Amino acid sequence: MIPELGHFALIVALLLALTQAVLPLIGAQRGNLTLMAVARPAAQGQFVFIALAWGCLAWSFLVNDFSVENVARNSFSQLPEVYRFTATWGSHEGSLLLWVLILGFWTTAVSVFSRHLPDDMVARVIGIMGLVSVGFLAFLLTTSNPFERLIPAAPDGRDMNPLLQDWGMIIHPPMLYMGYVGFAVAFAFALAALISGRLDAAWARWSRPWTTVAWAFLTAGIVLGAWWAYRELGWGGWWFWDPTENASFMPWIAGTALIHSLAVTEKRGAFKAWTVLLALTAFSLSLLGTFLVRSGVLSSVHAFATDPARGAFILGFLALVIGGSLLLFAWRGPKMLTGGSFTWFSREALLLANNVILLAALGTVLLGTLYPLLMDALGMGKISVGPPYFNAVFVPVMAPVLFLLGIGPLVRWKGDRLPDVFTRLKWALAVALAIGFLLPLTLEGFNPWATLGFVLSSWIALSVLIGFRERLKNGGRLGNLPRAFWGMSLAHFGLAWGIAGITLVANYQTERDVRMNVGDFTELAGYTFTFQGATGFPGPNFQGMRGTVEVARDGKKIATLHPEKRVYNASGMPMTEAAIHPNFFRDVYVALGEPLDDAAKSWSVRVFHKPFINWLWLAAVMMVVGGFVAASDRRYRIAVKKLEAPAGAAVQGA
Amino acid sequence: MKRWIPLLVFAVLVGFFAKGLFLNPREVPSPFIGKPAPAFSLPLVAIGNTEANAAFSPADMKGKVWLLNVWAPWCVSCRQEHPVLMGLAQSQPVPIVGLNWKDKDREAAQLLAQHGSPYAFVPDDLSGKVGIDYGVTGTPETYVIDKDGIIRMKHIGPIGPEVWKEKFEPKLKELGT
Repeated sequence: MIPELGHFALIVALLLALTQAVLPLIGAQRGNLTLMAVARPAAQGQFVFIALAWGCLAWSFLVNDFSVENVARNSFSQLPEVYRFTATWGSHEGSLLLWVLILGFWTTAVSVFSRHLPDDMVARVIGIMGLVSVGFLAFLLTTSNPFERLIPAAPDGRDMNPLLQDWGMIIHPPMLYMGYVGFAVAFAFALAALISGRLDAAWARWSRPWTTVAWAFLTAGIVLGAWWAYRELGWGGWWFWDPTENASFMPWIAGTALIHSLAVTEKRGAFKAWTVLLALTAFSLSLLGTFLVRSGVLSSVHAFATDPARGAFILGFLALVIGGSLLLFAWRGPKMLTGGSFTWFSREALLLANNVILLAALGTVLLGTLYPLLMDALGMGKISVGPPYFNAVFVPVMAPVLFLLGIGPLVRWKGDRLPDVFTRLKWALAVALAIGFLLPLTLEGFNPWATLGFVLSSWIALSVLIGFRERLKNGGRLGNLPRAFWGMSLAHFGLAWGIAGITLVANYQTERDVRMNVGDFTELAGYTFTFQGATGFPGPNFQGMRGTVEVARDGKKIATLHPEKRVYNASGMPMTEAAIHPNFFRDVYVALGEPLDDAAKSWSVRVFHKPFINWLWLAAVMMVVGGFVAASDRRYRIAVKKLEAPAGAAVQGA
Repeated sequence: MKRWIPLLVFAVLVGFFAKGLFLNPREVPSPFIGKPAPAFSLPLVAIGNTEANAAFSPADMKGKVWLLNVWAPWCVSCRQEHPVLMGLAQSQPVPIVGLNWKDKDREAAQLLAQHGSPYAFVPDDLSGKVGIDYGVTGTPETYVIDKDGIIRMKHIGPIGPEVWKEKFEPKLKELGT
């Protein structure tokens, strides 16, 4: 009964989405206020019904209703309750339902926080988001119904993929989707502006906080994914340039470019066409990511739906949404007037340069991700593109972006003098170069990659500090600096921090693969690891072996780590649970390999020393918090008040 | 005019995606399919009642449909498919020959003695040369060879129960076993 209720709620949501898409768009075109007024209640109603459907699915998972195919495939009676709940989005169908749920959430948020916007703008934005929702709900209902019954019911489930049974996976998908789908708001704003022809500073100001918040969520989602891979896959790696990772990284790069381009459009009225194109691109790449992952056109460990019918549906939808929006861009684009002149050395010019290079970096990732598919489709053979390509191409392309990032915020709008800026920054440059060349010498000798990383990270960090110093010198007080400035500085400083962490861990990590008997020890980076054996223990839905490894430094015991090896009951899948002893400067990481004899006395053991890996996660926190702080700037709230009066007047006039 | 560029680029991509939907990214075609299995003669790893100094050559299998499973003691995913192969060895639809590939640490005999051997023969390809002749890209890989010694199919990666059902069983049926 409950699953049918969920199914029914989804159908109602689809009807509401259709209403939300069609009526307000017609109303906005004809200037009909009644039709436009449908937008908000339809969007909110749609959200309620999707939430209801989602609740029904979650309930089916929680009570182990194995007569629902989705539950039987992706859950298990012995699965702990928290994972039964997260299994709700662990499947193809469930993750798409989460997608539309979050789209509903964002649309509802727009409907609530748009009181100050002109009615036709709101109607168009919500209408366009409704169109996207129609596509996804139709996809769910026709090809991927999460409430499909299984008759007769399965006696037990097949269990959730053990890889996903980790608490990093509880929050990674919702965060990632908040980011992915959040770009739909900027997308809808851009399309609404194209349709109405009102591409002005106000449009950019409305889009900015939404884009920044979506970007912050996406950042959190991507890094949570990396953190999960680091702890769960047992290889000690955190980024593999896997097609699915790239699928989330590409919208992130486009979103980063969009945030900066919006700043120029809002403040200076320049780059309008470019900003619109970026807004379309960011969301298009989110959709493309969904297509790549869900259709199985690229082989990937993540691709859990490989079904040509589903792929064909998403591709058709993709062609319609992205093709349609690009067509509109080509058709309405020439009407956009570019305002605000600037010289080659100005904040506008530097931001534009950064934007162009960012898109070039995006292009390298897109090419690497799609290259195997392109070659295969052209009949030119099977090729796979791995991390060496991405590291060799992406890093050099990003280096100029990071260098310009240090200058951009300190240069004036419209035009500045290069000698003046050089005078302000020469000490930062000298110190950054000194750190970059000297620091590797004190570690393991000269290393060009380490030098590049250290120069760039200290350069950015110093320029952020200079930004603060100059503001304070010009009479500002720390408490009075605008939140936008705080947010930007925090995000940039976080980036510098993250680059330092990546440089250190990538160049100075060490690992060792050893065979260990009980009592054996091995040494790595000054730590002594003593293996004290492994004992079996029963898990809730798996049989485990728990190893005991004592870690000591200079004869003093630091930690006792318990890496685990598990075999899951339902799937028979073996899993590695690494044990990590973290601190601010390094992780000590131990993973159990395979038992090398029948008595399980002797094991292959993998130990890692990961210097400064935790700086990555800290850096991500800074960037995410920076995003939220910037989005909460007073300016957006003042704009709300200022705009309320004329918008109200317009309504009365119409 | 330049405003049409994004649309054009996207249209080209859609064309590729449409084609890509009907390709299987996991399938790497082998130029050896339909060709005679390359001849070789290798010593056997001593398991069970293997005679000392015995050797194996594909010619020994003439008249039978058989599987050549390329594996190695150091290969983790080979251990994953080991139970499946053991099951097959029990039900015996076809004989399985396990090419022991680049076993530099000489662990195969001990490992198979411990965990059981699903193989009829275990030729010992220490140098890896036979593997190169067969175009092995990685372990495990499994070739289906017919009664005339022609390679009819190749599977890359471990054999799971589903792969066996969907890929191997139809092929074996076609070859008349």
